[in-house]
Amino acid sequence: MTKSDRKVIEIHNLQIGFGDQVVISDVSLHLNEGENLVILGKSGSGKSVLVKCIVRLLIPDKGTIHVLGENVNELNREGLSELRKKIGFLFQSGALYDSMTVKENLEFPLRRIKRGLSRKETDEKVKEVLEQVGLYDSLDKMPSQLSGGMRKRISLARTIVVDPMIMLYDEPTTGLDPVTSDEISALINEVQRIYKTSSIIITHDIECARNTADRVIMLQEGEVYLEGKLEKFEKSTDPSIKSFFKG
Amino acid sequence: MKKFNPVIKVKDIVKEHTIKISEKTIAKTKAASNFLTDVADVFLFISRVTKEMFSRHFEFKEFLRQCFQIGNKTLPLISITGIIIGLVLTIQSRPALVDFGAVSMLPGMVAISIIREMGPVITALICAGKIGSGMGAELGSMRVTEQIDAMEVSSTHPIRFLVVTRVLAATLMIPLLVLYADALGILGSWAGANIKGDVTFVLFFSQAFSSIEFIDLLPAVIKTFFFGAAIGLIGCYKGYTAGRGTESVGIAANSAVVTGSLLVIIIDLIAVQITDML
Repeated sequence: MTKSDRKVIEIHNLQIGFGDQVVISDVSLHLNEGENLVILGKSGSGKSVLVKCIVRLLIPDKGTIHVLGENVNELNREGLSELRKKIGFLFQSGALYDSMTVKENLEFPLRRIKRGLSRKETDEKVKEVLEQVGLYDSLDKMPSQLSGGMRKRISLARTIVVDPMIMLYDEPTTGLDPVTSDEISALINEVQRIYKTSSIIITHDIECARNTADRVIMLQEGEVYLEGKLEKFEKSTDPSIKSFFKG
Repeated sequence: MKKFNPVIKVKDIVKEHTIKISEKTIAKTKAASNFLTDVADVFLFISRVTKEMFSRHFEFKEFLRQCFQIGNKTLPLISITGIIIGLVLTIQSRPALVDFGAVSMLPGMVAISIIREMGPVITALICAGKIGSGMGAELGSMRVTEQIDAMEVSSTHPIRFLVVTRVLAATLMIPLLVLYADALGILGSWAGANIKGDVTFVLFFSQAFSSIEFIDLLPAVIKTFFFGAAIGLIGCYKGYTAGRGTESVGIAANSAVVTGSLLVIIIDLIAVQITDML
């Protein structure tokens, strides 16, 4: 998709902490339409907290977040629910519903977000997304019968089944082997191409960043440390960035 | 003679006591504050659940699934316990009634004690253990593995889907399980009466039911709805508000059982007092 200058997410002076510990002290960033923005950072740098603030799973202490022009923290329950229908969130753990089969996992958001769909249309949509992630054979399996990579793929399928406009990926490749990580990265790019999504990808996996990023932001100690194209990071002589990229 | 310096002594004592009192006060204030916060959280949770109960999109399919789960999980346990209660109660009471020549009162006495007290309380305590812990552990593990968050971001209200259905299912199913346990208890009592005596099934049951009045049954049934609601609410509250670590799942399950059982006893006490006034 052609990247436009329209900002689908705008965050200004975000601050959030838990008790006495400040996790994000001052972060401002934006996501352009059709863009893949990778947010890098060490564990504990506030990446996951940041992305959870975008869907108001966490409420920031200060600052504003605008998603598709709506101020997330000022929305009422119905408004927030409507906004969330346009956002797909891939959780670090996959967060598949343990008591449901793969098919039921996919039908769950579909039936609630797209209420007018018939049984046949629902089945077709489930089949379509499962084929996209290459796991149609797992339709009747339980999450406990799936491997880590399969769980991530099914989780991604569950997220895209409702055609979101924005995708938020929280550590999509964590805990996966390099081959499966590359497959997930390829899938992220494919989702962007097919569904014309704008995405924020939270990761500390440099390979994933290389494969998916249009633009990169590095968080350090709760602030934006560096922002730009990936090449800028790779050429940087800053010791903390160099050490991050060398692993 | 030792030199006495009262000023320093007094200062030391005052200083020492000041520190001790200060620490205790802080600890007590914190404990009181935590307790009040917990109580407020529980009431907030109950108000959210109540509000969601009357929302437009009731999750009927999930409610039926939960009813089946609750019934299916506890039925074997309730059956065995019900029969044993009746049996034991009869075997224990029979010698005393024989001494007073009142053995014919056995069916009525056992039936009243089972219907009014033993059946409801023991069934509710079993359910608090079986259902309450199940709810606490299931929702707790869903919280830890971000399944509740996933539900929330997919525009589904987790309270409506997970909590309302479970609370209503427990409120409906526990009274039914109690009635079932009562019936089996009386059946067990008939079996117990036949160990040392000889009484027909029809005679035993007609004697048992002729002793039971409407006032015995109604309050006993009404209180079981409260038992069910309390067990469901506490189980769900403990699971839903579990912390982030895996340790929290165990704590939620354990706490659901302990608090649920305690609430059953407290509700029973209140119900007995109210019934006594009627």
